[in-house]
Amino acid sequence: MIADETPLHRSLGLQDDEYARIVATLGREPNRAELAMYSVMWSEHCSYKSSKIHLKTLPTEGPAVLVGPGQDAGAVDVGDGIAVVFKMESHSHPSAIEPYQGAATGVGGIVRDIISMGARPVALLDPLMFGPLTEERNRWLFEGVVAGIGGYGNCIGVPTVGGEIRFAEPHSTNPCVNVMCVGVAKTDELVTATSLTPHVGSLMVLYGAATGRDGIGGVSVLASATLDEGGEASRPSVQIGDPFAEKLLIEASLELISAGLLEGLQDLGGAGVTCAVSESAARAGMGARVDLDAVPLREPGMEAFEILTSESQERMLAIVHPSRLAEVQAVCERWGLRTAVIAELTEGGDLHISLGGDVVAQLPARSLADDGPEYDRPQRAPGHAQTEDPTFIPFEGDLGEAVLALLAAPNVADKRWAFEQYDRIVQGNTVEGPGSDAAIVRVDGTLKGLALSADGKGRYGRLDPYLGAMHAVAEAARNVAVSGARPLAVTNCLNFGDPERPEVMWQFTESIRGMRDACEVLGTPVTGGNVSFYNESGDSAIDPTPVIGMLGVLDDHRLRVPSAFPRGGLAIYLLGETFAELGGSEFAETILAVGGGRPPALDLERERTLLALLVEAAGSTLLTSAHDCGDGGLAVALAECAIGGGHGLAVTMSGDLPAHIALFSESASRVVASVDPADEGSLVALAAAHGVTCERLGETGGPRVVIEGLFDLQVSELRGAWSGAIPLLLGEAV
Amino acid sequence: MSGRAPRVGVVTFPGSLDDRDAQRAVTLMGGDAVALWHADHDLQGVDAVVLPGGFSYGDYLRAGAIAARAPIMGEVVTFAGRGGPVLGICNGFQILCEAGLLPGALIRNASLRFICRDIWLRVETTQSVVTRGLAPGETLEIPMKHGEGQWVATSEQLARVEGEGLVAFRYASRGGLVDDSTNPNGATNNIAGVRSEAGNVVGLMPHPEHAVDPDVGPTGGQALLASLLEAALEGAHA
Amino acid sequence: MTTFTFEVLVSLKPGLSDPAGKAVESALPALGWTNVTHVRVGKHIRLDVDAPDEASARTQVDDMAERLLSNPVIEDVQVLEVAAK
Repeated sequence: MIADETPLHRSLGLQDDEYARIVATLGREPNRAELAMYSVMWSEHCSYKSSKIHLKTLPTEGPAVLVGPGQDAGAVDVGDGIAVVFKMESHSHPSAIEPYQGAATGVGGIVRDIISMGARPVALLDPLMFGPLTEERNRWLFEGVVAGIGGYGNCIGVPTVGGEIRFAEPHSTNPCVNVMCVGVAKTDELVTATSLTPHVGSLMVLYGAATGRDGIGGVSVLASATLDEGGEASRPSVQIGDPFAEKLLIEASLELISAGLLEGLQDLGGAGVTCAVSESAARAGMGARVDLDAVPLREPGMEAFEILTSESQERMLAIVHPSRLAEVQAVCERWGLRTAVIAELTEGGDLHISLGGDVVAQLPARSLADDGPEYDRPQRAPGHAQTEDPTFIPFEGDLGEAVLALLAAPNVADKRWAFEQYDRIVQGNTVEGPGSDAAIVRVDGTLKGLALSADGKGRYGRLDPYLGAMHAVAEAARNVAVSGARPLAVTNCLNFGDPERPEVMWQFTESIRGMRDACEVLGTPVTGGNVSFYNESGDSAIDPTPVIGMLGVLDDHRLRVPSAFPRGGLAIYLLGETFAELGGSEFAETILAVGGGRPPALDLERERTLLALLVEAAGSTLLTSAHDCGDGGLAVALAECAIGGGHGLAVTMSGDLPAHIALFSESASRVVASVDPADEGSLVALAAAHGVTCERLGETGGPRVVIEGLFDLQVSELRGAWSGAIPLLLGEAV
Repeated sequence: MSGRAPRVGVVTFPGSLDDRDAQRAVTLMGGDAVALWHADHDLQGVDAVVLPGGFSYGDYLRAGAIAARAPIMGEVVTFAGRGGPVLGICNGFQILCEAGLLPGALIRNASLRFICRDIWLRVETTQSVVTRGLAPGETLEIPMKHGEGQWVATSEQLARVEGEGLVAFRYASRGGLVDDSTNPNGATNNIAGVRSEAGNVVGLMPHPEHAVDPDVGPTGGQALLASLLEAALEGAHA
Repeated sequence: MTTFTFEVLVSLKPGLSDPAGKAVESALPALGWTNVTHVRVGKHIRLDVDAPDEASARTQVDDMAERLLSNPVIEDVQVLEVAAK
């Protein structure tokens, strides 16, 4: 695998200048183990070297933010002494090679980030992106990833309550698997860099699974290179998850924290022991003496660099004062987990690592954890190719057929095939599960509801990365607000191609700029997240796809607003305005097969007032339903409102737009709401007070969905097209 | 009969997931939930025992196989032998079958996939500690969530189960229709739960403890748990 | 004391529905094999046992196979010795 002429550092993914930097830091050449440690810690996945300087421009502060980016996860105060810990991460590269285990270990990793902050994980959401299901390989990836998420998530007792599944050609060779986890802790039990104080002489205790050769070089081999460079040879790098071990880890860790036995806690993820030890020591401003002989091994004869970089799953590192070691061991033993004292914190900042009596590595902890390279890579906007704007293409087809075709489009169709494989009810607090605009999870023992949504649309990003990123934030906030919850804060996973290509780097910085502007105006600071680069193979890169995970809060979950029409006899209103803009729309892609143009415009101030209106209306129990207009525009939104509850509608469209544009344009900041006739006056007045356009469309009721003069279909027909699409593509009976 | 609340023990095995949910449901229905540990030899004098859902021991080897051989199961078997009410939910049902307290075994769903869905159960007998308060043929809406819920048995066991009225619940429609269209996992004869001959041990795959709170789902589990609590108090076993 | 290595083969009793076997059987034709039937999927467990002699080792493994490694309601079990050292 390694040609004789290739220097070792390059085969480990380090550039020549990075190697020179290591030599300068150590004052000598690094040995094999040290080189391995730098190669994983300075990989893109661990060090964020291409993205760090840009991420710093994101708004991260707010009155409710307890912990911002930089720690294992972000945390937000939701009132009454309750903190919500949340984060999103990617595990796309391993999933492309072994979909089940890649997705499963992705779930495992993000859950450990949450528990290392002292929070009990209460919800999982999974934004997933695949190539078209007409290709067998994409079906294999889709089925494997969904099975892996279910197989792992269900077994650890954390409900999977939401997510997104999108399909686009660029994901054929580069599926994206993002996983978001949400946890709950009392604010005074949150584990942060400042809440617990390690001491010199305190012990680093490794607990959980034994260490084997899993995933060695995973972050440097898989996540930091395009898939052509990996292929068959990267197969040994995929880690295997054991959800049973993870469940024990969750219980033991939370017990250790609530018993006040720890001075620090860190999970082992990418870069294994190296990362956990160096980050913990650096955070404490100390060094450590590490004894690799103490690490429990699953395989005989492992070398130092293997023990240091193994990515064996289900392991945690606790910092324990010697006086409390026995108690910590007792807790772990009760849960059937082995413990091992592998290091001791020392004065100074160096790591002294030994194996078999020999010193195998000696280097400053900070140089691994904090002082990694930071690049300002070149950016170049692509020359603007003339693309056809679908808005100006006349459409003479049957509108009813178009609605049915859109409902059957994989991006729009019912995803029940996938989410019925997830346990959405364990822990008994899932008020609203998959299939809603936002998932709603009750905070145990309270009336509070956490509203959660994950959104990202590569199609918009391809046309305009700045606007695409803004839309992702706006849509996520809108999905939370239609349920009546106040959008509070954001986590994110930024999925992009090769940052060494200036076009991709430009897409990235434009996306950051869009996220920044949207988060600032909408008042939702970024508390952390993940950057996934190198999602490309050959010359096929994915579209720039920032995925936003939005957290909102309902003070009383019983006041949540459902998405679908709950009964007949209600008045239907469109909040917001429709403009002629088909660029990047599902209609343009699926019906017209035209992918050009520009994404819909987005007026952030207009979006902000809409969100405020939705939250206030919910608080006054004014709305009987509210649903975001997304893929497929108003027509699809209306159809979804009818399908959800089985109640049809009769609507008359007004205005000058051509019929197909009025129905399928994806103009932003729009919501389909229903209201009791007795409350119509109040809604109109409230909308006017907020400066939100409000138009009466018609009424709910009956077995048909009728848009006067445009189409007339049975609810059952619409439901049939919508629910049968995915199973049909997978070759299954409905 | 005492005026106190019935004490219901819920056993936690390594990997149990719905143990806290079962405790919460017991409390909501007016019982006194007692946490029991798999490695103990002590049922703490409870009036009834619940083996909860989850993936005890990761379902490794066979679902419920290792948990069925846990230390506390000796006490559970003795308790059941004396007529004590024992309810096994999902993984708990699998454990009771592995322990020989109930007939049959649970294998992988016919679709080979985990299914989480609200379904309807038809009550088949009132001769059990969880159905004594229900009407025969009554239907209850309760969620199922499992990957290995296909109940099968030897032909001899099946004959006995059907012949002696040991079927407690079948997968049905809201209106009580029992057929392939209402069978989510291929279980023989749509069997979702069975009882022991004496009726004090019952196992079912769906989750009644997740069907007691109207804020989060259907409430078909309320009547089932109410029966159990009543039986527990009446028996007041040591 | 000698270390004996055994393989325990656990299979579903004939006549029981085997969804995993059915899935494998229907996947083979797509790969070009249309001459395969009766696919059954079982389990293979391998273990090392320290015992004074072979007979004692085998008796113990037979016992383990019946009491834990298989469920006699739904499975048949076969114990094979593969090595001794």
